[in-house]
Amino acid sequence: MWSFYFNELVNSLPFFIKGLWMTVAVSGLSLIAGTIIGFICGVIRASGNKLLKFIVGAWVDLIRGTPFLVQVFIIFFILPGIGIELEAFAAAVIALTNLAASFICEIVAGGILAVPSGQREAATASGLSAYQQLRYIILPQAMRTILPPLVGQYVLLVKDSSVVSAIGVVDITRVGWLTVQRIPEGLMVFGLVGILYFIICYPLINLSNFLERRMTVVSTRL
Amino acid sequence: MLEAFNFRVILEYMPLYMQCFSATLWLSALSLLGAILVGIISCAMRLSQSRMVSSMAGIYIESIRSTPLLAQLYFFYFGLPSMGIMLPEWITGVIALTLNSGAYYAEIIRAGIQAIPYGQIEAGIASGLSYFQRMRYIILPQALGMTLRPMLGQAIVLVKDSSLLSLISIVELTRAGQTLTSERFMPTEGFLTTAAFYLIIYYMLKGFSNWSEKRLIFREAH
Repeated sequence: MWSFYFNELVNSLPFFIKGLWMTVAVSGLSLIAGTIIGFICGVIRASGNKLLKFIVGAWVDLIRGTPFLVQVFIIFFILPGIGIELEAFAAAVIALTNLAASFICEIVAGGILAVPSGQREAATASGLSAYQQLRYIILPQAMRTILPPLVGQYVLLVKDSSVVSAIGVVDITRVGWLTVQRIPEGLMVFGLVGILYFIICYPLINLSNFLERRMTVVSTRL
Repeated sequence: MLEAFNFRVILEYMPLYMQCFSATLWLSALSLLGAILVGIISCAMRLSQSRMVSSMAGIYIESIRSTPLLAQLYFFYFGLPSMGIMLPEWITGVIALTLNSGAYYAEIIRAGIQAIPYGQIEAGIASGLSYFQRMRYIILPQALGMTLRPMLGQAIVLVKDSSLLSLISIVELTRAGQTLTSERFMPTEGFLTTAAFYLIIYYMLKGFSNWSEKRLIFREAH
């Protein structure tokens, strides 16, 4: 019986590969959008404007304080109620982007604030504009603090993307859920699901660890 | 949207929400206790002299950290029955949450332990303390103090992760929102109330975390 199910599972591998692509697409899109929005918000949060800082801070707290599943449901069920019709895929990308942006915002703000303030003062004294300071002085140094947790955040993003299977996006987890109805060998089916996630996440985790080690070496050399 | 917001329904369903709120609280508390225990044990195994014990814990930690919780949850939910083990849903949920967070706690505790200067451990050995005595009197008290903040952060993550249990039909906060959606078709009221309850837990834990950080400064200053 076991080998029969195993053969069945091997036969449905193309289905799993499709799910893998869906996971990569959803998390890849939100990774790019989330990084851009997160960097902008992070710069705002580390800047002087009190009102903007407060708004971004409140938004970050709202996203961090509620489960991602609830956020997905809110976006998927409530936005149509106010006239925005969304497909599951679009809702998933919006929810994930929102989540990624809020976390990346915190990482970026932390990184910017970790740059010694003398650097900014020296830049101001040299007559650099605010944009030039950010572009040539602050961000390059902040990147050293930002990069390792940023990659770690990408791992979380890929893992969190499994939650969007709850609104019917056919990603790896959803494929596993559909397959297990047909092949009642949960360990085998979700073992395979786990392996597929592992293939994406493990290199990213190692990259994050590598960056962390490298960045610390650089900063202790200074 | 706000004029359509129906507070009467929320009041009507308040008993359900309170019941679900307490369910979320004790499911998370139970998993939290288990996770800290699993974390301490697997961290001790990870740092063990024996290669085999260490790599066993390493495999556990890495495989949990590089797969999503939802896939792990389904792995146990569909996998245990296929092995002939029948458990109530909530036990399956608590097991999955415990094992998931346990791996993260192991990493947090490991970071705390490795931050302790090795000379202290050597001094412990020189004073003739046994392994357990060194753990109990030298390593763990310091490691726990140093890791309190990341541990509380992980506790917040755990509470939020418990929302995924609604997907294996455990009645907790997120499920209450789904109930309101399916019985009254009021997703706005349902999920925003759910989110509000999660925010209560989030702000309590965050407040405690900030408070403890202020208190711990005194300890680190010596």
